[in-house]
Amino acid sequence: MNARKAKHGWLWTTVFSVISLLWVFPIVLVIVNSFKKKVYISKRPFAIPTDKMFVGWENYINGIKKTQMINAFGCSLFITVFSVAAIILFCSMTAWYITRVKSKTTTTIYYLCLFSMIVPFQMVMYTLSKIANMLHLGNPVGIIIVYLGFGAGLSVFMFTGFCKSIPLEIEEAAMIDGCNPLQTFFQVVLPIMKPTCITVTILQAMWIWNDYLLPSLVLDQKKWKTIPMAIQYLKGGYGSVDMGAMMGCLVIAIIPIIIFYIACQKYIIEGVVAGAVKG
Amino acid sequence: MRNYKKYLAAAMSAAMVAGLAVVPAQAEEATGKVYYLNFKPEQAEQWEELAAAYTEETGVDVQVVTAASGTYESTLKSEMAKSEAPTMFQVNGPIGLATWKDYCYDLKDSELYSYLKSDDFALKGDNDEVYGIAYVIETYGIIYNKALLADYCALDDAVIADASEITSFDTLKAVADDIQARKDELGVEGAFTSAGMDSSSDWRFKTHLANLPIYYEYQADGIGSTDAIKGTYLDNYKAIWDLYITDATCEPTMIAGMTGEDASAEFALGEAVFYQNGTWAYGDIAGNDVADEDLGMLPIYIGAEGEENQGLCTGSENYWCVNAKASEADIQATLDFMAWVVSSDTGRASLANDMGFTTPFSTFTEEYQAANPLLDAANEYIDAGKTSVAWCFTTMPSEEWKNGVGSALLEYAQGTGEWDGVVTAFVDGWAAEVAATAE
Amino acid sequence: MNSKSMKKYGPVFLLPTMVAFTIGFIAPFLLGIYLSFCEFTTVTDAKFVGLKNYIRFWNDPSDVFVHSLWFTTLFTIVSVIVINVIGFAVALALTKKIKGTNVFRTVFFMPNLIGGLVLGYIWQLLLNGILYQFQRNLKYDEIYGFVGLLILMCWQQIGYMMIIYISGIQNIPGELIEAAKIDGASPRQILKNVTIPMVMPSITICTFLTLTNSFKLFDQNLALTDGDPSKMSEMLALNIYNTFYGRNGWEGVGQAKAVIFFIMVAAIALIQNYLTRSKEVQQ
Repeated sequence: MNARKAKHGWLWTTVFSVISLLWVFPIVLVIVNSFKKKVYISKRPFAIPTDKMFVGWENYINGIKKTQMINAFGCSLFITVFSVAAIILFCSMTAWYITRVKSKTTTTIYYLCLFSMIVPFQMVMYTLSKIANMLHLGNPVGIIIVYLGFGAGLSVFMFTGFCKSIPLEIEEAAMIDGCNPLQTFFQVVLPIMKPTCITVTILQAMWIWNDYLLPSLVLDQKKWKTIPMAIQYLKGGYGSVDMGAMMGCLVIAIIPIIIFYIACQKYIIEGVVAGAVKG
Repeated sequence: MRNYKKYLAAAMSAAMVAGLAVVPAQAEEATGKVYYLNFKPEQAEQWEELAAAYTEETGVDVQVVTAASGTYESTLKSEMAKSEAPTMFQVNGPIGLATWKDYCYDLKDSELYSYLKSDDFALKGDNDEVYGIAYVIETYGIIYNKALLADYCALDDAVIADASEITSFDTLKAVADDIQARKDELGVEGAFTSAGMDSSSDWRFKTHLANLPIYYEYQADGIGSTDAIKGTYLDNYKAIWDLYITDATCEPTMIAGMTGEDASAEFALGEAVFYQNGTWAYGDIAGNDVADEDLGMLPIYIGAEGEENQGLCTGSENYWCVNAKASEADIQATLDFMAWVVSSDTGRASLANDMGFTTPFSTFTEEYQAANPLLDAANEYIDAGKTSVAWCFTTMPSEEWKNGVGSALLEYAQGTGEWDGVVTAFVDGWAAEVAATAE
Repeated sequence: MNSKSMKKYGPVFLLPTMVAFTIGFIAPFLLGIYLSFCEFTTVTDAKFVGLKNYIRFWNDPSDVFVHSLWFTTLFTIVSVIVINVIGFAVALALTKKIKGTNVFRTVFFMPNLIGGLVLGYIWQLLLNGILYQFQRNLKYDEIYGFVGLLILMCWQQIGYMMIIYISGIQNIPGELIEAAKIDGASPRQILKNVTIPMVMPSITICTFLTLTNSFKLFDQNLALTDGDPSKMSEMLALNIYNTFYGRNGWEGVGQAKAVIFFIMVAAIALIQNYLTRSKEVQQ
């Protein structure tokens, strides 16, 4: 395979360079417009902001003020980090247990998780938001439980797939050394599961960070907003859409993701491939 | 050290269980809280500031959430189902009251009600309960730029010599057509601002403009509401809508995405002469190219008989209600907050000056009259003895009906639909929605 | 293994997940099925009405569920084909030895990480800007919304699918292609007889992913067109959402639609699963 040498290598490089530029164009366009005076954005989106069109950081300041973007950012970060942590911890425990202990209960749990993967969110959207409200889960701590519950299916499934491949001998050796199951799990099994942990982390973090519908239905909007909720609020909460503030907020929403992506590119791409192949 | 992970796990589970237990405990605080679900996105920021000021002064927690344009009913519905429901909300009139009556606290003994100048501004129940109190009286019509219209009158062969000659649809149309034809000469983009059908602007047509054919039909039939509209004046509705979309700053094919901000910017920058909107729009226009003294208002003429005596459309669709299902403490906190809003200096200054409201409360003395040239224009019509057009749109059967009419108007304007579509949505849709909501 | 001590620790391992799973999935799911047969405005005042909710919307003129169903189906078919063909083609090109492949991969994959709402607003700006030159707008006609969503989805998903295809192509043993070459096969024949059969698992995965992503599309739809004009570009997920939260008294109908939606998604998944299994057996 690797021996195959492309003909016209430079030609392909040029073609793909052009396409790559086109690919990043929408993002560049948003960045350019974020420095443009708001009345010009919808009518002249392709103009470079100069002279009277240029407004500096005004759109960012407006956008941050109107959406309380800083709070939203913190809220999104908190929810994503702790939900993913809870998912990794509890789902790996469940997955290991149901692979090692075969009983009617564990088999049922496994099939329930499998089943939950094919249920679209719309099916449970209304009832979930009601139940979450009744249990007072409409805050950044409570929503972690909701994410753990709704995200459990895929995560348990992926961890189970990996657990099956772990040789029993290692665990038995640990048990003979006097470890109880909890110790065995944390000292022996969890470190072996690290690659799957990374995959699950990436998949779930991408989902939770970008999720709009679930938090907008579950969270108490007047106190907490995630970034997607803040952006949607900007769209409708002030009567007319302030395109300038919108552009500013979009850029604020995109930049951290791109930085994170460039920093952890290898893990992200590997995680996505592994997740897709198993899921 | 060996077991620290175990403890960590145990601690996390404990924390989550604790989280479950602690949160509901917090909800039962002794002091009341206020949660106001605001209807008017135009004043969202002012309300947030006012709430903060109240919290600073009294220490009582006030939350303000504003529903997006056109989504107040659905937001209210989902918020009311929550455990921390709004304590203060609003209904738009009798139709809204019918849905929310069970949630409305009787305001008869409230301080707020004692300030109300007239019972005309209260929504009453069968046994004289006061369910809602209007907090703002508004007027809409066709806002126009006096300077630009005077420039036009000064042109050779102008249809009119003075703005006061516009007293009927025919004159309005003749003037608009002529301005549109000579727009380059006048240096404008069009006679009317864009008739944007984005959700931030479509209510100007599907609700406010649609009020006129309904009003005249009610007048002709001597009724105040109906289960089956006949659409007697729909031809007039068509005529004015045609005028709005042809003599405009943009092609009708563009209006689907034009926003309220687009229209107000066009008017504020002097690109259009006429702009259908109300007294609340002053804040968006002020401080731009159009001077305050150049702001005038015309009635929306649609060619009905006797329209030379027609005034502007005045009324209210904003009635404050207090959630009767909230806790005692929250209800009291809300009543206190409402009284404070209309009687304290900070509250009155905010309502009158920052939000530009005309209110029906006796507490708003001389020094708390909104400085709004559009209100002055509105008062001129009342002083001249013209008949104000009532806000009949509060009797429209549902949001769904308005959406149906709006979609049909848009499709007709774009050329992707026929006018018959509007007629169907207007007449058949009315009956269907009355039936659907009665179910 | 000492199964007795494992049994004793069962609750520690299972309980946290299962409690959350019950709150986040099992209870809402069962309650959802039940409520689809009820008329209600809040969960507590539900009244059993049988199949009424399942019948009510099919012939209601103001409800566009049937149109949404067709719109969504057509969109799903077109987007699955376009995204997979382009994704595969790009993957083929990028596995050849050309300069800069790593940079290209990075760039193409990037949009996939951006959330649906943000994507929608980015493309709204760009597409409306272009259409403005022609005095048109995304909300002018459903076809604009359709094509707009398609472009958006391509931008978002092609990189993702490309990555999966690349890993599939790279897993083909080099000897296989060498052998084919020695046998005198043309590049086209190699593609048809070696590469495509060998990456069949990747093709199934990608088809499945794009299929469900397109069918369940919500955020992008909400941000780009919000169903305009006249709900004509409203896809199924958005239609269900609007039925729940946009109409008083239609909550039960919304839940009934959600059940139908669930059955359709489940059917797609099961068919997919069946096809994958039968393919794998053949190999």
